[in-house]
Amino acid sequence: MKVECKHVWEHISGYLDQQLDPDLLAAVQQHLETCEVCSAILDSTRNILVLTADDRTYELPVGYSERLHERLAAVLASGSSTG
Amino acid sequence: MANESALIARILAGETQLFHQLIRPYEKLVYVTIFAIVKNETEAEDAAQETMINAFRHLASFRGDAKFSTWLVTIAMNEARKRLRKLKAGAEDSLDDTKEESEGDYTPAVLTDWREIPLAALERKELREKLREAVAMLPEKYREVFVLRDIEELNQEETAAALGINVTLVKVRLHRARMMLQKMLVPYLKSQAPPRGGFFRRWLS
Repeated sequence: MKVECKHVWEHISGYLDQQLDPDLLAAVQQHLETCEVCSAILDSTRNILVLTADDRTYELPVGYSERLHERLAAVLASGSSTG
Repeated sequence: MANESALIARILAGETQLFHQLIRPYEKLVYVTIFAIVKNETEAEDAAQETMINAFRHLASFRGDAKFSTWLVTIAMNEARKRLRKLKAGAEDSLDDTKEESEGDYTPAVLTDWREIPLAALERKELREKLREAVAMLPEKYREVFVLRDIEELNQEETAAALGINVTLVKVRLHRARMMLQKMLVPYLKSQAPPRGGFFRRWLS
């Protein structure tokens, strides 16, 4: 199976999530080995996901936890948990 | 988690103070989920508190067939959507979201002079900020899926359950979200390689 660039782009996400079935995976992999454009797209997308998963990308506001538990304490003191 | 269901049973039986302990592992999950949707720190913090209070009040309706974290994210997502509607009602813009699934351009940006950037470059603080801005600019339905799958790292089934959509739609929206982000972020992800030629030309002449 031979695939075009545009076809590969549709499967970048599936490729990164390791969800392509074996035939398609082989075709995409083969294409990536020889196509700089598509490997660049793959690399840049992968970099974005690495950055997204970085704990420092989204941080909690200072004092968030304290304020949360304070407010909860007031609710827990006054009410019970029901369905 | 066995500990977790034991904890929940004890809370429901009246040891309500244990609720603090139950939610501690999920404080960040809830806040970040909401923040990425509403894009406002104060609103997100208040909504996160509401989420936890709601979770406490409705704890008896939690069924052990889903993970507690997924259940919590569902509540957080509903709270975030509610807040966003309220915030939008006050604002003019309604660029969003009613477009059909087939519309729009979801092709990635093509790079002609790409070189793999050193991992160290991903350490740049500026890049994380650009990423947050880009995520904030995604249309809501794509942002929701991206937040749950790639920030919170929920699996497809959990994401589908939390959003009330099917798994195929999760995949489609996630792919589009990632391609939109790639397009927006490529200028910042390129390696700042020096232009070729100068140094060697001097040697050769």
